[in-house]
Amino acid sequence: MSKYTEEELQKELETKEYEYGFYTDLKSDTFPKGLNEEIIRAISAKKNEPEWMTEWRLDAFRIWSEMEEPDWANVHYEKPDFQAISYYSAPKKTDPNKTLDDVDPELLEMYKKLGISIDEQKKLQGIAIDVVVDSVSVATTFKKTLAEKGIIFCPISEAIQEHPELVKKYLGTVVPKKDNFYAALNSAVFTDGSFCYIPKGVRCPMELSTYFRINEAGTGQFERTLVIADESSYVSYLEGCTAPSRDENQLHAAVVELIALDDAEIKYSTVQNWFPGNAEGKGGVYNFVTKRGLCETNSKISWTQVETGSAVTWKYPSCVLKGDNSVGEFYSIAVTNNYQQADTGTKMVHLGKNTKSTIISKGISAGKSQNSYRGLVQISPRAENARNFSQCDSLLMGNKCGAHTFPYIEAKNKTAQVEHEATTSKIGEDQIFYCNQRGIDTEKAIALIVNGFSKDVLNKLPMEFAVEAQKLLEISLEGSVG
Amino acid sequence: MLHIKNLHAGIEEKGILKGINLEVKAGEVHAIMGPNGSGKSTLSAVIAGKEEYEVTEGEIFLNGENIEELGAEERAHEGVFLSFQYPVEIPGVTVTNFIKTAINETRKAKGLEEMSASEMLKKIREKAELLEIDRKFLSRSLNEGFSGGEKKRNEIFQMAMLEPKLAILDETDSGLDIDALRIVSNGVNKLRSKDNAVIVITHYQRLLEYIVPDYVHVLHDGKIVKSGTKELALELEEKGYDWIKQEATI
Repeated sequence: MSKYTEEELQKELETKEYEYGFYTDLKSDTFPKGLNEEIIRAISAKKNEPEWMTEWRLDAFRIWSEMEEPDWANVHYEKPDFQAISYYSAPKKTDPNKTLDDVDPELLEMYKKLGISIDEQKKLQGIAIDVVVDSVSVATTFKKTLAEKGIIFCPISEAIQEHPELVKKYLGTVVPKKDNFYAALNSAVFTDGSFCYIPKGVRCPMELSTYFRINEAGTGQFERTLVIADESSYVSYLEGCTAPSRDENQLHAAVVELIALDDAEIKYSTVQNWFPGNAEGKGGVYNFVTKRGLCETNSKISWTQVETGSAVTWKYPSCVLKGDNSVGEFYSIAVTNNYQQADTGTKMVHLGKNTKSTIISKGISAGKSQNSYRGLVQISPRAENARNFSQCDSLLMGNKCGAHTFPYIEAKNKTAQVEHEATTSKIGEDQIFYCNQRGIDTEKAIALIVNGFSKDVLNKLPMEFAVEAQKLLEISLEGSVG
Repeated sequence: MLHIKNLHAGIEEKGILKGINLEVKAGEVHAIMGPNGSGKSTLSAVIAGKEEYEVTEGEIFLNGENIEELGAEERAHEGVFLSFQYPVEIPGVTVTNFIKTAINETRKAKGLEEMSASEMLKKIREKAELLEIDRKFLSRSLNEGFSGGEKKRNEIFQMAMLEPKLAILDETDSGLDIDALRIVSNGVNKLRSKDNAVIVITHYQRLLEYIVPDYVHVLHDGKIVKSGTKELALELEEKGYDWIKQEATI
């Protein structure tokens, strides 16, 4: 890493608290709490949605009403009261036709605090960004540059209006409404998120990025992301998340669907830093997310995630390797500290011939946290010569945390080659003393050891994100020795 | 430089050092010899400030300052360096990245700016050459999969980079073949000056043919039972430790 990085890291070390824990006083338009058909109709009306979309939502709501919240994950929490959440909250004064000058100055100030600038500086770095605060997208930059290539990158609410044929064709095809409890809930009430379409043969010239933030109290965030990479296209997509520090738990139940058509490639990176709750385990975001990608012939989907936040995480970015020769990858770093609980991993479903998947999961547990890897590698009968390699490493700090690995393998074709490797290690006093003896203090020593442990995954992130991720790892583990 | 007065220390209530007195002046090389279990490695760990060891009596002064309250990293910032008998592995952290962090953390503690990338690179090249270290070696994970000789050479490389005032070499000769021993000793000798001091801890006289000590001390049952010049090391080589033990018990 460059000198700049190390300096930055050092600065961050001085900030002890969750640094994104500010709350911005934006004038917002929030629905009454509770969920019923009326609310869903009201959301749909608010968004000016066509009839088919309203019906789609209502269908999802009916499915959800029949479902029960799952409890198989290795996490314990008080079940959210779904009638006590407001399902729509929007910062007022949003009008997609307005320029940045018209944006609420407090909102701009918030972007600054988040370290996202929608200004020239960021543009130089070539990242198109869509920011979702609470429930709606408030700014999408670079639309014109992208439009010249035929790339569509906009809030999903806008896509429903302007590109209904694409939304209709793909929405819910990878994660069906009835897929699971939270996916059904999301399908009924999602209020925004990003939509992206890369036309045939186009290589997206810049990283596309979405920034999510829950701001209002008592609201949930249910965003929906749909990325379609048409034949022989390529896109790299980034996603960042933060929330204010609040005593009560906030709910985040997102759905992300990726579609990679023949010969296409999607790289999807997430740095998730929702508020993890305080040191006593009070507050924090419940992060129940369904992410799945569909790979057609010769295509590739690569998920990379750095999970440092949330009180409870339940998340399994997966790949359905439908087309022959398609490739799925999952690279993950999950950090838990204090009372955080994470149950995360992936599913690689091999349907096509010669499909390949790679899973590299690095779990770091500190404090009294519990960190579980849960993965499924499924080889279907017609998936000739499918191959998988999985590696799950756990690093423990102290004696009060836990690391768990639940690898499931279902191979129904004899030609399959499946490899699984797992290690568990503990940061030892000898390692710390060795660093101390070289003049490196204990906090820095841990950061160094953790970064070394996570290197294989950090290397998969786009450069700018890798720097941010490294900082986050360091902040998340502060004060975890003792 | 280093002044140890009546030092008693141990681990988990077990006394290991039982009254060590030692004075090391700038420019000097002291060898500490002794049979297994005599407390040699404990002495080096206590000087370096390893937390598990408890000092029950006595004092350690570094440049006139009592270092009892200083943590291991602070002692390192003051110029104490320990070449470990068993260097630890840190997977995923390269030799270069590690030494860079160590140097900059020490500079920061002294209120200095970080070393510029070009200066760092120049220094790394220079010291790697001194110790006949291949460039590829520098991008490997710290001590991971290193041979015994590579580990020790890497310790001395770090010492060369950090330029300590007081270097303690804990059994640096163990696991070294004759060529590596020559390279490592040569490195140590080139780093010697009138401003720094070296304590060499060893079982054998072999290393002392290369790093010639001004004084030799024999440690037995937590005490220095005999001190002398380099001839003492030769005598030990010839007669073994038994006569020292007998003398000590009389």
